[in-house]
Amino acid sequence: MGVLDQLRGDDTFPKLLVRNAGRFGERTAMREKEFGIWQSFSWREVHERVRDFALGLTALGMQRGDKVAIIGDNRPEWVWSEIAAQAAGGASVGLYQDSNLNEVLYVIDHCDAAFVVAEDQEQVDKILDMLDKLPKVKNVVFTDSRGLRNYTHPRLIAFEAVEAMGRELHAREPGRWAESVGRGRADDVAIICYTSGTTGFPKGAALSFKNLLSMALALHAVDPKLPGDEFVSFLPLAWIGEQMMSLSAALAVGFTVNFPEEPETVMENIREIGPNVMFAPPRIWENLTSTVQVKIMDTTPFKRLMYGLCMPVGYRVADLRFQKKPVPLGLRILYRLATWGLFRALKDRLGFTHLRSGSTGGAALGPDVFRFFHAMGVPLKQIYGQTEISGISCIHREDDIQFHTVGTPIPETEVRISERGEILSRSPAVFLGYYKNEEATREALADGWLHSGDAGYLAEDGHLVVIDRIKDVMQLADGTQFSPQFIENRLKFSPYVKEAVVVGKGRPFLTAMLCIDMGIVGKWAEKRRISYTTYTDLSAKGPVYDLVQKEVDQVNETLPAAARVRKFVLLYKELDADDEELTRTRKVRRAFVEDRYREVIDALYGGRGEVAIDTTIKYQDGRSARIQATLLVRELGPGKAA
Amino acid sequence: MPFLTVKDVFLHFRGVTALYDMSFQVQAGAIHAIIGPNGAGKTSMLNCISGVYRPQRGSIQLQDRDISRLSPSARTSLGIARTFQNIALFKGMTVLDNLLIGRHVHQHTGILGGGLFYGLGQKEEIAHRELVEDIIDFLEIQHIRKKVVGTLAYGLQKRVELARALALQPRLLLLDEPMAGMNAEEKEDMARFVLDINEDRGTTIVMIEHDMGVVMDVSSRVTVLNFGEKIADGTPEEVRQDRNVQDAYLGEQHETADM
Repeated sequence: MGVLDQLRGDDTFPKLLVRNAGRFGERTAMREKEFGIWQSFSWREVHERVRDFALGLTALGMQRGDKVAIIGDNRPEWVWSEIAAQAAGGASVGLYQDSNLNEVLYVIDHCDAAFVVAEDQEQVDKILDMLDKLPKVKNVVFTDSRGLRNYTHPRLIAFEAVEAMGRELHAREPGRWAESVGRGRADDVAIICYTSGTTGFPKGAALSFKNLLSMALALHAVDPKLPGDEFVSFLPLAWIGEQMMSLSAALAVGFTVNFPEEPETVMENIREIGPNVMFAPPRIWENLTSTVQVKIMDTTPFKRLMYGLCMPVGYRVADLRFQKKPVPLGLRILYRLATWGLFRALKDRLGFTHLRSGSTGGAALGPDVFRFFHAMGVPLKQIYGQTEISGISCIHREDDIQFHTVGTPIPETEVRISERGEILSRSPAVFLGYYKNEEATREALADGWLHSGDAGYLAEDGHLVVIDRIKDVMQLADGTQFSPQFIENRLKFSPYVKEAVVVGKGRPFLTAMLCIDMGIVGKWAEKRRISYTTYTDLSAKGPVYDLVQKEVDQVNETLPAAARVRKFVLLYKELDADDEELTRTRKVRRAFVEDRYREVIDALYGGRGEVAIDTTIKYQDGRSARIQATLLVRELGPGKAA
Repeated sequence: MPFLTVKDVFLHFRGVTALYDMSFQVQAGAIHAIIGPNGAGKTSMLNCISGVYRPQRGSIQLQDRDISRLSPSARTSLGIARTFQNIALFKGMTVLDNLLIGRHVHQHTGILGGGLFYGLGQKEEIAHRELVEDIIDFLEIQHIRKKVVGTLAYGLQKRVELARALALQPRLLLLDEPMAGMNAEEKEDMARFVLDINEDRGTTIVMIEHDMGVVMDVSSRVTVLNFGEKIADGTPEEVRQDRNVQDAYLGEQHETADM
């Protein structure tokens, strides 16, 4: 008996949509904020739009097995296009909306997309520019006609026009839709999810409906969602995590997915919706924490007083719960008062009043952030998984949260550790393979287990602890092992440090290149009347170095003496995905960065006190600017023994 | 027939002649740039069109109608809207309220009417709000809809001012240095908005701008002023080749270089 049995044969996204349209009818399936108002779409409407678009694609010549690439911000049309592609017998391929031309070209070409659905002029321009290099693409469909009035490309067509063709086909052949949906099988490829990959070209993980739905339902069993729950979709739909929530889980359970007005209005829109379920990477939770802390600094003395009185109560209760100890009656009464005095208002401000389940995944989240949210009564859990296992394999349980772990496996999922210390997993959610890359598939699925490439261990109570990518565990010249990412994450837990790159492979000691957080350090500098002009200027200030040094010292104290950061510099610019220094999911591309900042690294190990930088940086629009700066190298003492 | 005809306009302030027998025409649907060195009379010209200044001689015609004698508000009702070199918004009010004020000229229900028949006023409000929301969407300022204007960055305030001008649903839009003081990215956005307004809404645009790159890229016709006189008029390419224009711009540079 598997979790999929509860679907009773409605085992593809299109079949579930038809089921939900019948079961929920006029209930709201999606909302999008437009023109300042939340516009609702019922399950019946969504079903009709998807049907029309799917039949429209068929009318345009889409064959079963064809791929449809989709690029754009999170909008209902994005999700409709995906389900429509699947209903027409094909698979959907999501592209990150901020991908550059080469990435877009590679993915569309590699996945053999027959159609591209692009949101607006920005995305259409990207595709049209390269259309002669994409002979397999039959049509480019756009959803927002703004600025496209004078575009007369023969292969360009409006979303509405495709829908109209679909309506015509539906009128001519009313049985076609049911037949097309009925032919879908649980083992069909539903999506091909290109993983950002810290090296080389992205790989396309092919996932079936069975993969996606079994993961969603297994997660549902331990972290339940209810029909009628509200969810805000604001992370890239090309990412497996958002696919899992906005499609797999939403369709299987039947909750409402809300799309923000613009990427800039996400936080405001979350507050308006008051979601019951939320999934976000660490940076969102970290941003929220620092926003609250910065705003408290600026607020009225009374509010600051309340914050100062109530937060410690929250922290004490949260800590007792983490340790699974009973909360004494007196403290419980105080906590109730603090809830009335502060937490209710704070949660309302953040839009978390109704939040039943918040989760974070993708990277480590600092204990301080965990404690902060648990103190105010927001149940935040860590999750762990890969694209190749449809998103998730482990999650914290409500009453069993440990900062340094990622929880225990979800139902139908086995996790074990290989001899070299790699995390392996096995479940019905494990993917079909990489699209057109059998070698990589064989490697990933050797002896029937999914090889995560992550180093980790299972704690005695069954919790999984993730250390780092196996290939990223490195050795100093004397053979001391260290995990740069582990140290970087510790450094980044400091509000002042935005990015960190730890260097040391084959070297005598560890060093770090750090990027300050302009917003927070800037505010700090203003308070101390330290004047500055640009990011480059601010990060070269002596007092800023002193500030960051304290943070590095603190991290060093938690590290073994041999694996401490001995020197650091503050970089003159932030690391940026557009400069290929970060992946689209904001992971540092280590080899690239180490090569690019070779001079800086040489200075760190060369014993020089400073390094002069003269470089050009390129902006998104292709222009470039010259930066000249002198970076200071700060040396740290050996520190107290840990 | 030209959309806007400026004929022999002469404007002086106590001995200083700002515009000397200025004549040019703006075609319907054009993006018409007015350029020239500092003090050439560009803003004075725009002020004459919008009705802030009244020239001593000459006429200004909007299509077949002479508007030379009309008050600024009457010109606004005819469909002329403008933005200012220095932002002129209500700094203490929200973006939304600033835009709704832009709709004032199209508000027909008075205090009495709105008071007695609430439904009537409400219906009108909703229609106005819808139009304003359409502009907010068009100029991509959803995220600052409820922010107080004074707290916004300069580039955004410029965009809000453009939005307020659009709320008047103008047929002729006068932009006084829409890109002044902006960074490259903001300029690029603004240029795209100007083009979109012109294309999607069919609005005729007269624009003063210093950034030659922008002028050459977006405008369909350019008029060049120098010391209150028109020294050239033509397509961007023609103007670029014009001897007088080169003298007016480069000549100045030679002088400063010599000093």
